[in-house]
Amino acid sequence: MAPPIELEINGQKYPVHSDPDTRLLTVLRDELGLTGTKYGCGEGQCGACTVLIGGSPRRSCQVLLGEVVQPVTTIEGLEKNGQLHPVQQAFLDSDAFQCAYCTSGMIISSVALLTQKPNPSPTEIVQFMQGNICRCGTYPRIVDAIQKAAKSMEQQAR
Amino acid sequence: MSTPANKITHETAHAPEPERYEFREAPIHHFGLDRRDFFKFFGAGIMVFAAANDALALQESGGGTRQNHSDELPKEITAWLHIAEDGKVTAFTGKVEMGQNIRTSLAQSVADELRVPFESVRMVMGDTQLTPFDVGTFGSRTTPTMAPRLRRVASAARDLLLQTAAKEWNIAPEKLVAANATITDPASGRSASYGELAYGKTLAQNLPDADPVTPPSEWTIAGKSLPKVDGRAFVTGRHQYTSDLRLAGLMYGKVLRPPSFGATMTACDITAAQKLPAAVVVHDGEFVAAAAPSENEAEEAIAAIRAQWKETPQPSSSELFSYLKQNVDTSDRGDLTQSGSVQDGLARAAHRVDATYTVAYIAHAPLEPRAAVAEWKDGKLTVWTGTQRPFATRDNLAEAFHLAKENVRVIVPDTGSAYGGKHTPDAALEAARLARAAGRPVKIVWTREEEFTWAYFRPAGVIEIKSGVAADGMLTAWEFHNYNSGAAGIATPYSVANQHIEFHPVRSPLRQGSYRGLAATANHFARESHMDDLAHAVAMDPLDFRLKNISDPRLRDVFQAAAKSFGWPAKKSKPGQGFGIAGGIEKGGNVATCAEISIDDARGTIRVVRVVTAFDCGAVVNPDGLRNQIMGANIMGLGGALFEAMAFDGGRITNARFSRYRVPRFRDVPDMEVVLVDRKDIPSAGAGETPLVGLAPAVGNAIFDATGVRRTALPLAPRA
Repeated sequence: MAPPIELEINGQKYPVHSDPDTRLLTVLRDELGLTGTKYGCGEGQCGACTVLIGGSPRRSCQVLLGEVVQPVTTIEGLEKNGQLHPVQQAFLDSDAFQCAYCTSGMIISSVALLTQKPNPSPTEIVQFMQGNICRCGTYPRIVDAIQKAAKSMEQQAR
Repeated sequence: MSTPANKITHETAHAPEPERYEFREAPIHHFGLDRRDFFKFFGAGIMVFAAANDALALQESGGGTRQNHSDELPKEITAWLHIAEDGKVTAFTGKVEMGQNIRTSLAQSVADELRVPFESVRMVMGDTQLTPFDVGTFGSRTTPTMAPRLRRVASAARDLLLQTAAKEWNIAPEKLVAANATITDPASGRSASYGELAYGKTLAQNLPDADPVTPPSEWTIAGKSLPKVDGRAFVTGRHQYTSDLRLAGLMYGKVLRPPSFGATMTACDITAAQKLPAAVVVHDGEFVAAAAPSENEAEEAIAAIRAQWKETPQPSSSELFSYLKQNVDTSDRGDLTQSGSVQDGLARAAHRVDATYTVAYIAHAPLEPRAAVAEWKDGKLTVWTGTQRPFATRDNLAEAFHLAKENVRVIVPDTGSAYGGKHTPDAALEAARLARAAGRPVKIVWTREEEFTWAYFRPAGVIEIKSGVAADGMLTAWEFHNYNSGAAGIATPYSVANQHIEFHPVRSPLRQGSYRGLAATANHFARESHMDDLAHAVAMDPLDFRLKNISDPRLRDVFQAAAKSFGWPAKKSKPGQGFGIAGGIEKGGNVATCAEISIDDARGTIRVVRVVTAFDCGAVVNPDGLRNQIMGANIMGLGGALFEAMAFDGGRITNARFSRYRVPRFRDVPDMEVVLVDRKDIPSAGAGETPLVGLAPAVGNAIFDATGVRRTALPLAPRA
């Protein structure tokens, strides 16, 4: 058996035994039990599997384990000491979900957006989030939630 | 105990009537546990049970009281409730949560009726071992039937608590007050919490015949915009959908699919696959599948199987509508409503309009594909699966594996949406078959391509209308034929004496079934597009024309409410702009939708700019949840209205992926406004489906307004 590959996920180091050509999504969900990241399409079209790699949003169904060199952040890594990330809190406050299967990917993509652009306009939000599907159609609430999160992050930064 | 003066009656005596294309299921008359078992399972406390047809049963048994304390449970329990010694309330229902937000809205109704804080109520849903039989979660039935049923259960529990306190304090129960999970005697100031009253007791009762239920005007917890109960579990990724479950020793399953619809297997060699050390391969009739410790290994096993198939010619989407007209199923008589004489009505008409409309097959495309995890233990089978019909799935499993129903348990974790698409037990059967062979739990999660191909579709259809209108704008004749798409919402809400409305079943070329709104979307699209043409024929404003022909006051109200918020009639201010209006009545809900569109003349691109929806579903249980549903229905409806359509050729779906099957995304969302007509004097109807049906015709009518050209096919702008 090949030696394990070491992955840094949510600030923690994991030895990973899957083949290097396994999709990161499969590694996260099936080997490491980080099931907050979802399978939706397997072709990078729906955004349900979005994670941050080195801070950038990536479709984990399109990334192979062997390609991952930078630290990974998944939905499980956003809550710190029982305190929700402002984006998570904003999704809760805006009730920005129905079945919520897309929510992890939406939240991770929103975090990526707000890192790049702390105060995005609605048009910029729509542009950035275009690759994430919410089949229940809660898009307007997600836009609201991102704007709310931007405000609260700005206040926290002060 | 307060008896509300203006009590409203709910339908409780009628079992939900599944529509055509909702899969039918006879209710079972069996419940495995007796009362002592229940208390053993859930601990001491207070319990109340509701039977399905209380009023009916009462009549049949000669009016005897059902308020007995025997150890027998009533047959056909539909809901029940337990109050534990710590005051925690658990309500049980066979309904399932898949994004419609009923876990929250049902808990609101229970808390409201029982007079306890919302936070103290927990709902146990969709578990065939723990919850009572339920036909399934479809047809917008939860709010009109399950909420009042749970209210009656909660009301009976409250009554039992009042009687218990009255007995202990030796005082008349009428003098006591139930509020905030406490029974109080206002005269003495003495009080006891529900938990204290339940302590050390095992009190149970059946539902009395007609418990007073709090009218909407007196609701305190229902009627409020409370957030999703377990929202935190979703924003943290902690909620476990079926596809997230990881049992000890879990294997991953894959199924060998035929190359095309209608293909039959002529040979199959699994020896190479069986040689893979980790895989378990099953070849059972035409079911060929593999399970392995990882998804990759299961895929490798499937790839190693050598199967030969005989394919048969299949119709393609390019010839779909002529195929439907030529393949009417004459063995099924369909549905026909007729009154007066269409011929006479047409003879009296000043204007006649004949038109044909078509709707494509579309996919539900729930973001969580079909999934199931199956585990066998001591001859008993447990399956976790995202289904809208847990009890039917249990029965299917029992039948397939020759088990007694008692030995099959189906559990439905809150599911990643369904929209009518998760009625069938496919994934559950597949996982269970593999798990039996493997001797270990097996998980099946359909790929997106499988979901787009091997699920079932919203029926395609052809609709033909012949109509006549008098010079004053009154309808004189209405003849409506729907081929295949279904009978839901087929009746016209407009007054017309001479009508012939008929649904013609067809031998569908694709597997078809339930879908959010069912055929009401197709029938409203055809009817409301046609009404628009008639309005133009008599040179009337489309809203005025409708109002002239409407007799239903609630429908009139929503049309006027939508028009007012939208600013109808609207004046065009730029080229390519158009406005449309449409509406109707379906499943007890009244909807009117106004839409503004803009067409880019150069490219022909159509964009829906603004949508106003007015909706009346009786008393509103959760206004914010309802707004969320109405907006979501409109956005989902945009896909079917503008661009969603299954493409198929030679028995293969040729757009079975999100990169080829376009669904609405952020950029497609118009400015949206929702007007809620909250009728506290009318029992609540369901709301997950009906708001969708006005969107497509409103958009079609707006396109006509902008271009003068009537588009008669859904989707309206397939290349948009």
